[in-house]
Amino acid sequence: MMLSPYPTTGERIRIGLLWLWCGLVILFLLVPILIPVPLSFNSGSFFIFPLEGISTRWYEVVLGTQRWQSAIGNSLLVAFGTTLIATTLGTMTAIALADEKFPGRRIVMPLLLSPLIVPVVITAVGSYLFYARVGLASTYAGIILAHTALASPFVVVTVAASLTGFDRNLMRAAAISGAKPVRSFFTVMLPLILPGVLSGAAFAFVTSFDEVVVVQFLASANQRTMPLEMFIGLREKLSPAITAAATLMMGLSIVLLVVANILARRGQKRPAKGA
Amino acid sequence: MTAIPPSELDRPALARGRSAADADLRSVSAAIRRAEFGDRLRSLALAAPLLVLLALSFGIPIVLLLSRAVYDPTIANALPQTSQALSGWSGSGLPDDAAFLALAADLKDNQAKGTAYELAKSLNARLPGARSQVLKTVRQLEGAGDRPPLEVVKSVPFWSQPGTWPAIANGTHAVTSFYLLSALDLRWNADGSIERVPPEQAIFLQVFMRTFFVAAAVTLATLLLGFPLAYLIASAPKGLAAILIVAVLLPFWTSILVRTAAWTVLLQKFGLVNDLLLWLGVVDDRLDLMYSRIGLIIAMTHIQLPFTLLPIYSVMRTIPPSQMKAAYSLGGRPFTAFRRIYLPQVFPGVMAGCLLTFILCLGYYITPALIGGASDQLISNFIANYVNVELNWEMAAALSFILLVFTLALFGIFARILGLDRLKLV
Amino acid sequence: MKITKTRLLALAAATAWMAIGHAAVADELSIMASGGAWQDAQRKAWFEPFTKETGTKIVEQEYLGDLGKVKAMVDTGNVPIDLVTVETATVLQGCDAGILERLDYSKIAPRDKFLEGSALDCGVGLDAYGDVLAYDPTVLKEAPTSVLDLFDTTKFPGKRAMRKFPAQNLEWALMADGVAPADVYKVLGTPEGVDRAFKKLDTIKKDIVWWDAGAQPPQLLASKEVVMTTAWNGRIQNAIDKDGAPFKIVWNNQILEYDMIAIPKGAKNPDLAYKYLAYISQPENNAKLASYITYGPVRIDAASFVAADALPKLPNAPEHLKGAYLVADTEFWGDYGEDLVKRFNAWLAQ
Repeated sequence: MMLSPYPTTGERIRIGLLWLWCGLVILFLLVPILIPVPLSFNSGSFFIFPLEGISTRWYEVVLGTQRWQSAIGNSLLVAFGTTLIATTLGTMTAIALADEKFPGRRIVMPLLLSPLIVPVVITAVGSYLFYARVGLASTYAGIILAHTALASPFVVVTVAASLTGFDRNLMRAAAISGAKPVRSFFTVMLPLILPGVLSGAAFAFVTSFDEVVVVQFLASANQRTMPLEMFIGLREKLSPAITAAATLMMGLSIVLLVVANILARRGQKRPAKGA
Repeated sequence: MTAIPPSELDRPALARGRSAADADLRSVSAAIRRAEFGDRLRSLALAAPLLVLLALSFGIPIVLLLSRAVYDPTIANALPQTSQALSGWSGSGLPDDAAFLALAADLKDNQAKGTAYELAKSLNARLPGARSQVLKTVRQLEGAGDRPPLEVVKSVPFWSQPGTWPAIANGTHAVTSFYLLSALDLRWNADGSIERVPPEQAIFLQVFMRTFFVAAAVTLATLLLGFPLAYLIASAPKGLAAILIVAVLLPFWTSILVRTAAWTVLLQKFGLVNDLLLWLGVVDDRLDLMYSRIGLIIAMTHIQLPFTLLPIYSVMRTIPPSQMKAAYSLGGRPFTAFRRIYLPQVFPGVMAGCLLTFILCLGYYITPALIGGASDQLISNFIANYVNVELNWEMAAALSFILLVFTLALFGIFARILGLDRLKLV
Repeated sequence: MKITKTRLLALAAATAWMAIGHAAVADELSIMASGGAWQDAQRKAWFEPFTKETGTKIVEQEYLGDLGKVKAMVDTGNVPIDLVTVETATVLQGCDAGILERLDYSKIAPRDKFLEGSALDCGVGLDAYGDVLAYDPTVLKEAPTSVLDLFDTTKFPGKRAMRKFPAQNLEWALMADGVAPADVYKVLGTPEGVDRAFKKLDTIKKDIVWWDAGAQPPQLLASKEVVMTTAWNGRIQNAIDKDGAPFKIVWNNQILEYDMIAIPKGAKNPDLAYKYLAYISQPENNAKLASYITYGPVRIDAASFVAADALPKLPNAPEHLKGAYLVADTEFWGDYGEDLVKRFNAWLAQ
């Protein structure tokens, strides 16, 4: 907020206070997410400043012990599986919905978004009880399925947004030129909406990679993911290894989401997440 | 979703075919309709895989879960003969001996099938203490030898107590309001009206109130912190605004778990927050912030702040600063101008942000589990507890049902007033 | 469409493969234990030697106190674990509920060789442990002399941590309220007795931090979040011995209990499971755990095999039985456990 050309004292004070307040709010926003970063390089085993020394020992714990390694492996497997399915099916659905002749669009869209609305504990408990009955509990497939439900809305929304900028006549032109629908999708449509698809994929990946509630219910020890390992660690043995894991997870999420947002911006004027 | 340009084909006009309709035109319109039908089928087929997958992985599980809240056939299945014998019972006093005999037979069957425990547990949910009595009777029936079963059952005083048979009779209806009422601390009393459960059993209204209170407190806190910052970002020059928005988005993109982890480190007794408060001289002694309501609200406010702020910001951005300048130049005092010109325009954004935060707070699970104390657990934590610890899935279903109703109702209001478009921020 | 269809098929095949690929492999024994120092000790004392001796690989799972998962497994017939460590009260409940298999002791060890109450129908004892009080003498100036000092907030102000479970807490509450150890379970068996115990707990409710995993108490003490905590003795001793923590254990009024291990109904490798149970129930093996965590053996004839340096740290060492102590009444908790858990949770929520 800039001052007017001839600010009164009252205005100066007001704006000074506004800046001060906002400065504090920014600190409140940023300090908690930045705190784990220095702590994760602490050579001591307590969460106390000043740091005892700089070391990467906690990263060695996270990247070097079998327990965390398998958690990272599980996380990546589940996240990639989720991303693959959610992106493929979400993109198909977004294309279908972009057609104004799609029957019942007004009903289908809220239904597609409902996994974002339903409190995640309900989703987790519901899928836990149902999946146990059909033999999907404690399997990777079960976790991937549940994560796909949580992640696909992001794909549908981002791809749909990128489709609003897509000229359908291009597809008609391709059809007239004799291209089969699949071919025209891959050669005409996909390159144009690719940023939207990739950004949806990034959202899907992060949604699955960060998810802990569903995993808590569905995973047995063999499918423990990184967030679940962190959750257990937070409750049981708070060690700086958790700050290292948190830093890694945070880094990956932020990088992916920055990329996703840049892509979304490039693909479409109206990005799906963020401003 | 933004509108899609209307179809270039004016279908009704074509279909009507005007007064000079000729065969050609009709066949063209039929061909178009056929083509459109094909298009529709194709787009349905495109959308079908995800819709089917969502129905299987999300829709059916939730419907089945919720159905457990009102459908519990355990007792009905376990006591078929008893429920038949009770069909003519008036509901007051004790039923006739036929019912006792049927019960004895049913109990024996259950023991043989190994379902006695299920029955005992299910009855226990409705009638505290029933579990051990059922198992005791089952054991006695088994070792009865020559004693007539009727006598064995009647020798256990539990079966002649006033509350027992109404509970059994109620239980033989597979469709039940019992769990939903329990979730609201209510129950049927003997004369068929609804009453409150005794205070030492009443939990859930308190938990719902607590959940609403925490959600409201967090919403208010995010508004107080977020509104000025949104205003500053919206009115700052472009470069500065970009930096500030990144400061908002960085935490937004960090997972709830990671941020909760950060707060468990910060809120420790010997953590940074206490260090800071002590250093500033705000407190003389270290505060217990972990496992406390205030710690929970602080952490949740941090997590929800971007959700409240971003919708407000996106509305503020559309208001040209010249408006306020015009208001000033027309002699409006800053506060009046703000209240009468600015506030009404940003109100939809404020509504959107606050509603979104409030709704999301209702479903919080991770943060209360890790930062809250025993008296700060929200409704989601109780649902998880009923599933994992108490193994009472019906109760978990009933609580889910009520939580979902609240959530969907609030979202309905949201969509009604503000439109689903704003949901994209989530 | 064709490409997406084949891709979908491939995906379906891949997920199906993953689901099948998870099914238990022969010669692998899957054991679910409750984590932390205790599981580490079992690994060294039993898992690794067992694997060495028999070639059977042991897959460890961790138990978050959620019997719900075991129940769901049994109910659906998909039981990916072969053995689960549980508490005694849970054994009785799980036995009634048909979640746990009834054990054939002829395949394990003679039943009369176990301490009384440690060889149950559906679970066999692993070790004897004590529910004790622990504190940090650098924080508490005055040393507590009994577990019951939990209830003395004037002499020992500050937060205290207790297990989020009615067992032990109700017993201690009654004893703190003046009930003699011998009468505790008699009193607790009456509605008035239960009310009395909860009333006593009410007096310190606002000062309690609740823990539910065994690894939490040393953590809560170390971070100085609480001034004293109830704990399983081995977890505290482990923090003292391995991490050099300055903690002290108060044995007076401790409650003695057994850890149990059980076979969930429908487990896929019962033969291997029995082999393992027989292995750890041999006296010399049974005594081995004490070298890694200070829990005593449950076999009567195992005492002589316990390493000499471990002996004085065990909960049932004569030194630790000099003051008052209580042996947990398994039968009582089997009968009343579920109702008391319910009441306790309602009380917690209020």
